[in-house]
Amino acid sequence: MVALRNAGLLALPLALALALVPAAAPARTAPPQRIVSLSPTATEDLFAIGAGRQVVAVDDQSNYPPNAPKTKLSGYTPNVEAIAKYRPDLVVISDDANGLSAALSKLHVHTLLLPPARSLGGAYAQIAKLGVVTGHVSAAARVVARLRKSVSQIVASVPKSARGLTFYEELSPDFYSATSKTFTGQVLTLLGLKDIADAADKTGSGYPKLSAEYIVAANPDVIVLADTKCCAQTAAKVKARPGWSSVRAVQDGGVIGVDDDVASRWGPRVVDFMRAVAHSAQIVAAKKQ
Amino acid sequence: MTASRRLPIACAALFLAGAGLVGLLVGPVSLGALPILRSALSHLPLLHVHSPLSGPDDAILWQLRAPRVVLGALVGGMLALAGASYQGVFRNPLADPYLLGIAAGAGLGATLAIVYAPDVVHSYDLTPLAAFAGGAVGVVAAYALGRSAGGRSTASLILAGVTVTSFLTAVQTFVQQQHSQSLQEVYSWILGHLDTAGWHDDALVAPYILVSAVVILFHRRVLDVLSVGDEEAATLGVNVRRTRLVVVAAATVGTAGAVAISGLIGFVGIIVPHAIRLVLGPSYRLILPLSFLGGAGFLVLTDVIARSVMAPAELPIGVVTMFFGAPFFGIVLRTSRSFA
Repeated sequence: MVALRNAGLLALPLALALALVPAAAPARTAPPQRIVSLSPTATEDLFAIGAGRQVVAVDDQSNYPPNAPKTKLSGYTPNVEAIAKYRPDLVVISDDANGLSAALSKLHVHTLLLPPARSLGGAYAQIAKLGVVTGHVSAAARVVARLRKSVSQIVASVPKSARGLTFYEELSPDFYSATSKTFTGQVLTLLGLKDIADAADKTGSGYPKLSAEYIVAANPDVIVLADTKCCAQTAAKVKARPGWSSVRAVQDGGVIGVDDDVASRWGPRVVDFMRAVAHSAQIVAAKKQ
Repeated sequence: MTASRRLPIACAALFLAGAGLVGLLVGPVSLGALPILRSALSHLPLLHVHSPLSGPDDAILWQLRAPRVVLGALVGGMLALAGASYQGVFRNPLADPYLLGIAAGAGLGATLAIVYAPDVVHSYDLTPLAAFAGGAVGVVAAYALGRSAGGRSTASLILAGVTVTSFLTAVQTFVQQQHSQSLQEVYSWILGHLDTAGWHDDALVAPYILVSAVVILFHRRVLDVLSVGDEEAATLGVNVRRTRLVVVAAATVGTAGAVAISGLIGFVGIIVPHAIRLVLGPSYRLILPLSFLGGAGFLVLTDVIARSVMAPAELPIGVVTMFFGAPFFGIVLRTSRSFA
């Protein structure tokens, strides 16, 4: 009897809710018009799929595209009040720092967490997801299709003789690197290159700190400098490092500087990064013959 | 020098030589002990030994590994010596080279340079200079504050050091937090970095450290007199204030030079002098030279661990000095007679 009464009590709100669904549904699926992006990659994705006009604010690291509404908001140390000031209906983040999404949900603001992708497939999925959420499904699909095509063209542009060349990707001048398990390392192994950082990652962090001795001894064919903006590294500076002049990449012109941001994000510009490294691999492979 | 002091110093010198040899022999790249020794002999004149190492291997040994061993010895020796002399002039067992705001000042100097003048810093490699200047500013501020606070005890000077350290650390954290794009560079500087050293760095820092060490070692007898107390030392004819100023200035210049090149490496300045004190007694005539030799050997060995235990990956040297230094010191503390 008690159970039955409880069931009846439960049924009433349920029925009300069901009745309300048709009315509420259009409001809920209406794409957000005031998006705040605290993830530089998501910012690039949003603008690439044509959702840029719905973006009202992006974080202080979102420097691309140049017309993104850059603010002083921080994705590392987010402040809920400062974010709420922009009256967002969607906040896109790559890391739920300091319980941000829980705090925003108290203000009835939706958050979308898009953590660092682990593969190209994951990066495509995030673009598609943003397409669904913002109401740009077909544009997002076109972006993904274009990226897939570019990637296969770039992979095909690497000659067979370049397969198996080794590379060292430098994230900072004190030799932090990325293994092929990370996004940035993995897209380079898609080109048929071998990552010298793989042997050094015993803890599985993906970002081991290599020793200079190991790098020189590993003698990589290609050196990718992803610390050109943060730390002003150049091919000339690498050549001038003590002991590095004997490294094959230095001798064969295989040292290439890339934009740190492009190398560390998993957005549409990943193909620029891959193209630059593929070009370098072509040069080194041609020298070898 | 009496025989009782000659033996420990000879032992410490032998320890440093052994540590240096291990430093040359061990690394992530195995070059073989014999080829390394023959290559070393080939650099000596008149012996006509041919180096068996190939070009890249020779570069690894002489351009990467050797300068790193030398820098580890210079920095480790300096930090331990500065720690010992601070402990002497302040008669405080917890004094370390970073006591008077030098670490916080150097950290702030380096951070400001990296954040606000990245172009200048990167084209002229000015971070060491900025760190040196920042460290000097920190110590001068702490010294001025401590003196103006008055009091004959050294406590006001130490408190001034704590105050200046807190303030400079706050400013440094603020600047770093406002410019998170530079976080990585600042962080990697602070964690300590013998790993990127070349002969150029050694040449840059050696004069500061050697001059500082000579000045401090010259005062080793006076520090023994000072240990009986300021007033007693004064009646024995020691100019207490002048001695303290000279020793602190010398230790500061040397430490600032070490910090500027190698970042902040903790604990060496505390454990090495104390380990020596616990084993051989409180005389600074022994503690000072042994701290320099022992600290040099200690940091060379911890750096060997830093670069080989996870090879070919590296550990930050500061982590290793504390991880292996603390248990080592615990053993010395337990097996010694008493904590003097």
